[in-house]
Amino acid sequence: MGMTMTQKILAKAAGLERVEAGQLIEARLDLVLGNDITSPVAIKEMEKMKVDGVFDKDKIALVPDHFVPNKDIKSAEHCKCVREFARRNDITNYFEVGEMGIEHALLPEKGLTVPGDVIIGADSHTCTYGALGAFSTGVGSTDMAAGMATGKAWFKVPSAIRFKLVGRPSKWVSGKDVILHIIGMIGVDGALYKSMEFVGEGVANLSMDDRFTIANMAIEAGGKNGIFPVDELTRSYLEEHAARGYEIFEADEDAVYDEEYTIDLSTLRPTVSFPHLPENTHTIDEIREMDDIVIDQVVIGSCTNGRLDDLRIAAEVLKDRHIKKGMRCIIIPATQKIYMQAMEEGLLKTFIEAGAVVSTPTCGPCLGGYMGILAEGERCVSTTNRNFVGRMGHVNSEIYLASPAVAAASAVTGIISCPCEL
Amino acid sequence: MNAKGTVFKYGDNVDTDVIIPARYLNSSDPAELATHCMEDIDKEFIKKVKKGDLIVADKNFGCGSSREHAPIAIKAAGVSCVIAETFARIFYRNAINIGLPIIECPEAAKGIEAGDEVEVDFDSGVITNLTKRTTFKGQPFPEFMQRIIAAEGLVNYINNK
Repeated sequence: MGMTMTQKILAKAAGLERVEAGQLIEARLDLVLGNDITSPVAIKEMEKMKVDGVFDKDKIALVPDHFVPNKDIKSAEHCKCVREFARRNDITNYFEVGEMGIEHALLPEKGLTVPGDVIIGADSHTCTYGALGAFSTGVGSTDMAAGMATGKAWFKVPSAIRFKLVGRPSKWVSGKDVILHIIGMIGVDGALYKSMEFVGEGVANLSMDDRFTIANMAIEAGGKNGIFPVDELTRSYLEEHAARGYEIFEADEDAVYDEEYTIDLSTLRPTVSFPHLPENTHTIDEIREMDDIVIDQVVIGSCTNGRLDDLRIAAEVLKDRHIKKGMRCIIIPATQKIYMQAMEEGLLKTFIEAGAVVSTPTCGPCLGGYMGILAEGERCVSTTNRNFVGRMGHVNSEIYLASPAVAAASAVTGIISCPCEL
Repeated sequence: MNAKGTVFKYGDNVDTDVIIPARYLNSSDPAELATHCMEDIDKEFIKKVKKGDLIVADKNFGCGSSREHAPIAIKAAGVSCVIAETFARIFYRNAINIGLPIIECPEAAKGIEAGDEVEVDFDSGVITNLTKRTTFKGQPFPEFMQRIIAAEGLVNYINNK
């Protein structure tokens, strides 16, 4: 019986010939990640441990991104705790305001995540790096602390679901629509404890940014990780970004999967998740049959959809148009580099002329931190990843998850819309 | 080791944003976090919960964010055990790591209602609904997990080794 791509990466990291689903292993870690919310708890835990310091100052990434620039005194204290820990331990990859970005957009851009890596991060969307053929998964602060101290973590080897992608997505259909469609199909616990492995000829028709978005939301189906094979596009991305060498893993031909789905990308439609679960999906065609869903705010950004492709498509929609009077549209480039590129390409000018606001990189509104909190009864179309009760503000507010194209079009009309309708 | 108390019952997909909303994550103090535990799904919870009480829920308890603040808040609120049909995987790891006992048992999740008095024997995995006089067999904790819980978390457990 062969191994899945994830199993092969884990076997190597555990120093084993082979592993099988359900086996408990201890694996060496290539990178341990934390942010300004989870790291202070991890630092406190690590300081209780009887260890001298971190296992490797080059293999830890600390990215204050959730509540920075500091939104209040308490967040400032958390960031100070992370900053001082980074200084004390001479952490190479600590990213201060001015050089930071949203962690899961920043680390691949900096070349810190490469194929074959085993990465844990105290942030659930750590699964994003699967887009590059790495095994990466979210953990809590205590696991992060143990990882920083020892360079190792224990895992239960996951079984996998295989998603065979075929066809080419149509205009206005992006990686976000692919992953929302999948979550709608299998549910928010459809991949619980499992790997989601994306394969097939359709992968070549997805940009790297599409793949990051898809891997990013594996956790929204309960997945342990999401992972893509390494192809030509991945290699050229790595050529530009990778800061070190890497090893490419492929699933065995006789690997066993719990379930297999074939998804024809050419048949997918722009898809929106309704409150209050990412699995409550409707296509734009179904939405057209409903009463208009009037919205108050649009957010375009986050670790899911704050990359350059996302901003380009939003700008394409907003060019020579204007945000509907009385609506707020908040656009957040995910990293300083993306921000700069968006500026050089004139995207920021398009946004501002359209009446949107552009923010420095931050997770901010995605988790109801700041920079776009919703009042009672308000509705937001957001390119973020969760639409749970109270996620973006008042417990009686609503979030509709969508692609940057749908979000931008909705900002123009004030109701949930497809750019094809403008 | 045992847990015994009154049950607070919830449905499917209780996420970490309702267990502890992000607006309170500018603190990492367990006692402070506990005062907002379950606030967005059940405002009465924190007023009524007593030390030793249990949470019982259906599928995918603890889905969403990796915030360890979620099991920390539940534990600091006095909850002695969470029983669910299934748990989201990061929550599961986090709960064990901070020493909050959790048990997957679909039958118990179905057979226990809000307000029932329930007792759990961690050695045997037996869950007893004292109100309805029924018992369920959950998975007993392996010895090393019992030790982590007894040590109140992974860090103390590592230090004690």
